[in-house]
Amino acid sequence: MNLILKVWRQDGADDEGRFETHQINGVSEDSSFLEMMDQLNEQLLEEGNEPILFDHDCREGVCGTCSLTINGFAHGPENSTTTCQLHMRKFSDGETITVEPFRARAFPVVRDLVVDRSAFDRITQAGGFITVRTGSAPDGNALPVPKDDSDKAMDAAACIGCGACVASCKNASAMLFTAAKAGHLNLLPQGQAEKDKRVLSMVSAMDKSGFGNCRNYGECSAACPKDISLDYIAKLNRDHVKAKIKKIFA
Amino acid sequence: MFTSSIGKKYLMALTGFVLIGFVFVHMAGNLQILMGPEKINAYAHALQSLPMPILWGSRIFLLVCVVLHAWTAIVLIRENRAARPRENDVEVTKRAGLSSLKMGLTGTILLFFIVFHLLHFTVRAVYPEYDDLMTTVGAPEGMEVHNVYSMVLAGFQHTWVSVFYVISMFLLCGHLGHGFSSVFQSLGIRSESWRNKIDWAAKGYAWLIFLGFSIVPILVIGQKFDLISFFEPSLFSEPLAMR
Repeated sequence: MNLILKVWRQDGADDEGRFETHQINGVSEDSSFLEMMDQLNEQLLEEGNEPILFDHDCREGVCGTCSLTINGFAHGPENSTTTCQLHMRKFSDGETITVEPFRARAFPVVRDLVVDRSAFDRITQAGGFITVRTGSAPDGNALPVPKDDSDKAMDAAACIGCGACVASCKNASAMLFTAAKAGHLNLLPQGQAEKDKRVLSMVSAMDKSGFGNCRNYGECSAACPKDISLDYIAKLNRDHVKAKIKKIFA
Repeated sequence: MFTSSIGKKYLMALTGFVLIGFVFVHMAGNLQILMGPEKINAYAHALQSLPMPILWGSRIFLLVCVVLHAWTAIVLIRENRAARPRENDVEVTKRAGLSSLKMGLTGTILLFFIVFHLLHFTVRAVYPEYDDLMTTVGAPEGMEVHNVYSMVLAGFQHTWVSVFYVISMFLLCGHLGHGFSSVFQSLGIRSESWRNKIDWAAKGYAWLIFLGFSIVPILVIGQKFDLISFFEPSLFSEPLAMR
């Protein structure tokens, strides 16, 4: 396959940034999008140019490190797929592909296509955990968990924290991420003790990081490589109002 | 309570919910005009004669809801724009419908519509002569009441007024199409199994409101251009003479 790549280049957080266009020939249809980017970087190095920086790690679709907005879609046009799992056969020969970083004020560009997603870490640190005494593992059946609850918690826990929800949201809202991380624990008996505190502090950390507000577009869920449902946002809204009211009457 | 991002959404949802309910009651009240002057004049008179605290209490409550709804929307939109200073070069939409994307635009036009509508039929500042329309039709024994029937017929015989009203109601239809289902999502009373049902209910409600409000100006304009004959001809031409 021969392709034209229109790629975002930015020297640092303070740089304005610009698009660069590169022709790349002989791309295998079986290569992943990131392998195509590797090939482009080798070509750039051979030409004596700076390679394009982009995030990647496991390349198995489970770590949440890869990003990229491809032709306007976070992680590309395929549903339920991360960029590393996106194959070049999904594009056509001669196509111009636009590659941009995940754009949000809360995700400042570090360089080129690499963005700083530590705002997500701050949300998780605010309440995406349970406080337990560590030591030997408790007996597996000591704490009964209804099957429905564990299924729903596992669906929320599927979130890999990639930030596609923020990148695809017209308002750069982090509600789907926060809802998945809070919902996962709020659904389980282990998460009950700190439920209200968790919801309030995670939402507060989210607001402080400069994400936008949810407008119920559903773009986040449509872009999510793990298909996290909008139900978790409804649940976060529900849990938040309960926590607020309890706080008022406490 | 309403300072967090989620809190502001509750405020939008709660005020929106009040207004969603109000438009239905308003529409149902309006439709009595199709049953003749007695009904609508008596209904309007009954509303106007409500005890002062109830009448003005409801008016102020509705006004506060509109103001809070609009003000919160402005705050939210400003924050949302700041949260994404640069759009994608290629901006695509996967799931969001047009009505959800254009809430700000439809809402702004509706705000202008509300102001005009109040000046038109409530304060009657647009055509002050509507104040002089008095009648005994639909009035209690020995009394004269405001002739709402004639006022509405006169009002909608201006083609531009009717066109503006119908367009505004179409925008309201779009606004409600997203707003109605968003209320449930923002308040957290929606789940995936109910999502489709609520979305369909929202669309149905939005179209019902559109049709219920638009039928009156459409009938009046239709009769003005001799396309239909719905209203009593003598009652229909009376307000024309007044103009």
